[in-house]
Amino acid sequence: MEASKVIHAIYNDDDVLMNAVKQVKAAKYHIDEVYTPFPVHGLDKAMGLAPTRLAICAFMYGCVGLTVATLMMNFIMIEDWPQDIGGKPSFSYLENMPAFVPIMFELTVFFAAHLMVITFYLRSKMWPFKNAENPDPRTTDDHFLMEISVTGNQNELESLLGQTGAVEINIVDKAH
Amino acid sequence: MYTLSNRLKIVSLALIVVGAILWGTGYYTSHHVTQDDVKIMLAEEASHGGHGDAHAVADTHATESVAHGDAHATNDHANAGHTEVDHGDAHAEHVMHQIHNRPYSALYIAAFFFMMIALGALAFYAIQQAAQAGWSPLLFRVMEGITYYLLPGALIVVAIAVISGDHIFVWMNPDMVNPESADYDKLVAGKSGWLNTTGFVIRALIFITGWSVYRYFSRKFSLAQDDAPAGDTRYFVKNFRISAAFLVFFLYTESMMSWDWIMSVDPHWFSTLFGWYVLAGMLVCAVTVMAMITIYLKSKGLLPNVNNSHIHDLAKFMFGFSIFWTYLWFSQFMLIWYSNIPEEVTYFITRIEDYNLPFFGMVAMNFLFPLLLLMNSDFKRVSWFVIMAGVVILAGHYIDIFNMIMPATVGDRWFIGMPEIGAVLLFAGLFMFIVFYAISKQSLVPKGNPFIKESENFHY
Repeated sequence: MEASKVIHAIYNDDDVLMNAVKQVKAAKYHIDEVYTPFPVHGLDKAMGLAPTRLAICAFMYGCVGLTVATLMMNFIMIEDWPQDIGGKPSFSYLENMPAFVPIMFELTVFFAAHLMVITFYLRSKMWPFKNAENPDPRTTDDHFLMEISVTGNQNELESLLGQTGAVEINIVDKAH
Repeated sequence: MYTLSNRLKIVSLALIVVGAILWGTGYYTSHHVTQDDVKIMLAEEASHGGHGDAHAVADTHATESVAHGDAHATNDHANAGHTEVDHGDAHAEHVMHQIHNRPYSALYIAAFFFMMIALGALAFYAIQQAAQAGWSPLLFRVMEGITYYLLPGALIVVAIAVISGDHIFVWMNPDMVNPESADYDKLVAGKSGWLNTTGFVIRALIFITGWSVYRYFSRKFSLAQDDAPAGDTRYFVKNFRISAAFLVFFLYTESMMSWDWIMSVDPHWFSTLFGWYVLAGMLVCAVTVMAMITIYLKSKGLLPNVNNSHIHDLAKFMFGFSIFWTYLWFSQFMLIWYSNIPEEVTYFITRIEDYNLPFFGMVAMNFLFPLLLLMNSDFKRVSWFVIMAGVVILAGHYIDIFNMIMPATVGDRWFIGMPEIGAVLLFAGLFMFIVFYAISKQSLVPKGNPFIKESENFHY
């Protein structure tokens, strides 16, 4: 059965937190989560988190946007009703392309930006009526919290966290 | 401290010699082309143009007339290719001028291309000083080395312009402003208040003096800061002030320089964002050369504190300025294409008809290529990747200058052959020698700069 107890070690300085994360990683404990009030530079590297692939997503969404713009205008302006509008050459897409470039550019940016943001929301499970998953409200203001599952020797872990400069160590029963 | 190696001296000297020989050969061959040669050539071209049966006949006639050296026969054959006798003569003379103009233009394009790298580097350097950038001080000596080429390079450009005269700038022909002459051009005469050789030289000297004075004092203060006692940033502050002032001066003079030195090759044509367009190309080339020289010096172990974050930043600027250049290129092209006003649009019609591959090829080289290659953050840290992208960007911007000058001077008689390649090699050798000589004169690390610590620890 999975452990239902977690330790919350609370810190009040980001430098102390960074050192604590490094020590806990060196002692081969698995850190479940770290809650911080603001981005701490290098925290993801210290925790060993995989780099994000959001930029790759954005590039592909941009390609989709460019394709949509091209297909749309090619159909409307060239294939469906190739009207002479002010002498613009509507014989082929390429001949009239400079006039389409502003739209192609904007749709590329539109798709890349919006779909990337939506992807971010989905991947990080954020939506308007979502229940906040904050274990301690102080972590949104001026405290940092490291969460570690208790699997082995609880006292050993507690003393390790005590040495790292935690201002508070709580054992919490997590209802699964 | 970098020392100018013998190998580099030999390479640059060899480039200068080979370039001069190639260009000289190109000059010699094109200047022995007479109007009669041109008529034979045109007759041959006309017969190749799809006369079918006439093809073989015209060819033999042409060879015959060359063999006999009979001017009369040549005239007849040349005229056979055209309907009007007079028109044939005028056309042949026009083509002959175009062929004669080619080596001058080739030399001018190469001279301008290397001058603009130095000028762009000076502008970029001034921006770094005025913005008090924390990442770049480690690269200041490299930038100062590149800008050392500006004074000789710009003087050479102006000298070529004045010596070439109406081979490049038609308005330098006094007949064009003389109402009595057959060559009188009302539009050019109307612009003679600005476009006259005296004014051209005076303005050029003002620009070059202004740039060089800034360059001289900025370098002086930068070196003086090295020897200043700890905590004394007097020279740094002075450099900051003159850099800010220079940037104001530069934006005005760069704009006027682009009208004078480039846009006036087509004195009937004008564009308002031309100065920005030239500036964007200039900055891309400058940052690219900076990145290349930095990578070269680093590979020799001379810049131990430069890490791949500095290279990453330079590559980001290469990427960003490439996009900026494309934005201006497209804005200029699209506005003129869209409104299609005859007096403006001829500029692009000649380029699309006669320079189709270089005109659109350079957009691929200067936009698509850096866009796709330098988009990835990891690629921008890989030295050989930055060098490869840089080579394509520099070649692309050479073709950009080529596209600005050549259509006005040689029209459809262009080719990238001996005079063009020779001129590029010649100035590449000169540029290399002067820049590395300047880099070898001082320590590569400006140790007195108050931001040097931040630059050494720069990490992105």
